[in-house]
Amino acid sequence: MGLTLAEKVLARASGRDEVRPGEFVVASIDLALVHDIFAADVFRHLVELGVEELFDPDRVVIVLDHLVPAPSEAAAAAHRTIREHVERFGISSFYDAGAGICHQLLPERGHITPGALVVGTDSHTTTHGALAAAGTGIGTSEMVYALATGKLWFRVPPTIRFELTGALAPMVAWKDVILALAGRHGDDVAQYKAVELGGPAASSASIASRLTVCNMAVEIGAKFGFFAADEAALAYLAERGHEGLEPFGPDPDAEYEAVHGFDLSSLEPQVALPSAVDNVEPIGQVEGTRIDQAFIGSCTNGRLEDLEAAAAILRGRQVHPGVRLLVAPASRAVFQAAVRSGAIQALADAGASVLPPGCGPCFGGHGGLLGPGERCIGTHNRNFVGRMGSARAEIFLASPQTVAASALAGAIADPRKVGGRG
Amino acid sequence: MRGGTDAVIAGRVWRFGDDVSTDLLSPGEYAIAPLEVRKQHCLESLNPVFPRAASAGDLVVAGSNFGCGSSRETAPENLKALGIACVVADSFARIFLRNAVAIGLPVLSCPGASAAFADGDTAEVDLGEGTLRHAGTGVVLRGEPLPPEMREILAAGGILVVLRAGG
Ligand code: SF4
Repeated sequence: MGLTLAEKVLARASGRDEVRPGEFVVASIDLALVHDIFAADVFRHLVELGVEELFDPDRVVIVLDHLVPAPSEAAAAAHRTIREHVERFGISSFYDAGAGICHQLLPERGHITPGALVVGTDSHTTTHGALAAAGTGIGTSEMVYALATGKLWFRVPPTIRFELTGALAPMVAWKDVILALAGRHGDDVAQYKAVELGGPAASSASIASRLTVCNMAVEIGAKFGFFAADEAALAYLAERGHEGLEPFGPDPDAEYEAVHGFDLSSLEPQVALPSAVDNVEPIGQVEGTRIDQAFIGSCTNGRLEDLEAAAAILRGRQVHPGVRLLVAPASRAVFQAAVRSGAIQALADAGASVLPPGCGPCFGGHGGLLGPGERCIGTHNRNFVGRMGSARAEIFLASPQTVAASALAGAIADPRKVGGRG
Repeated sequence: MRGGTDAVIAGRVWRFGDDVSTDLLSPGEYAIAPLEVRKQHCLESLNPVFPRAASAGDLVVAGSNFGCGSSRETAPENLKALGIACVVADSFARIFLRNAVAIGLPVLSCPGASAAFADGDTAEVDLGEGTLRHAGTGVVLRGEPLPPEMREILAAGGILVVLRAGG
């Protein structure tokens, strides 16, 4: 019997020929990511425990992305501590404030390879399954353990597979696909499980779109979210110095806990309503809901294709006077490319405030929080109560196209009706 | 496996609903605030009394998908710092469950738990058996005891204790 992607990765990483769902394995970590919310804590624990050397400093990536530029003295002090420890432990892959969001930088800068076991102190580490890596979030204590020993325990998850067919209509995005999956199957359908996205339509997703979908795999509970590494993935990896890799996917006779079909061609733009990611309706159900803020960015949808999709709608138009439009590119490289492509010009001309590359207001840390009674529609991944400031604010999640159309209208709007000019 | 994780934990119940997220357990605004400050905001938007009145030995009983969201270990850490002796939920989000075990906060996944309890009831949790008993009505619910691998970490007092001991 064949293996799923999760089983393949965990078998290899634990030195076994095969593993099956439910088994506990102790696996070697290929890459460990820590970002600025937790890095100072992780380093403090390591020092207190007397750990002088990390298992492999070249397999560790540290990113300052959540609190950038430092919004408080405490954040600045934490960043200082982190920089000192990066030096002390000899970590070469350090991305200082302004480089971008961790989940953009890892693939963009060539840290991810198919089949790698990646742990991060961030739940959206599932993102890296877009390149067929097994990425998952862990807490600080487990990260301390992983950095000291290079190992961590895992329970082999069963896998759910989504078989995708058909093609997306214009103005419908892969964000709509993952929102629809959450709406249809619920936010815990993949709890303790891995998810694979396959079928004839899977390879029509750009790498950026695969990153979007795998990013939100955790929003349906998933431990890992995977696309197979096909020709497009290998081409993306080759551009980043990983030449000559082989395609990497599940065995054809792999065993799944469930297989669900999904036809892309009938999909409409989707919106997740407050305050759960699976509270999803087609756009027609929420059209006209007044908004105060629109946000385009985050590790879900802050990539070049997202900024360009928004720019195509906003070019030559003006954001509604009642709306604050915030745009945060996912990385400096994305920002630079969007400057060169003209997307930033179009967004700024339309009235957007362009924030520095980073998490920005996505997690309610700083830079665009909401007051009581306010409403925001954003391209990010969570609309929980209190996620962006006031517990009495409301957050709607949608594609860059829908958010851009809504920013123009001052209310949630269907991008198919608003259309583009670019 | 003896001691802490096999003992019966009895305490006053704070009841919460489904999908209690890490944003509620540990709001982003206080992400890097000191524990003493941070814990005062734990679940305040669901129940402002909770962080002020929770005391050592109390229990949290909640609905499904408890702890969904971020990987922030500050979520279980805040509960532990407020004195919560055990969290029982209909189901847990994966990372929260791992993190709770990693810091030595006992947890029990027990479908039906949230429907069986109201705020202020007294519950008895037997982690070894995986059962939850309502002290008032005597009703006993059967949960899913943690796998032995996780109970070992819990019994040790968390994964850093295991690391210190050279495990
Ligand atoms: S962009 Fe948002 S979801 Fe992504 S890592 Fe930053 S805070 Fe987390």
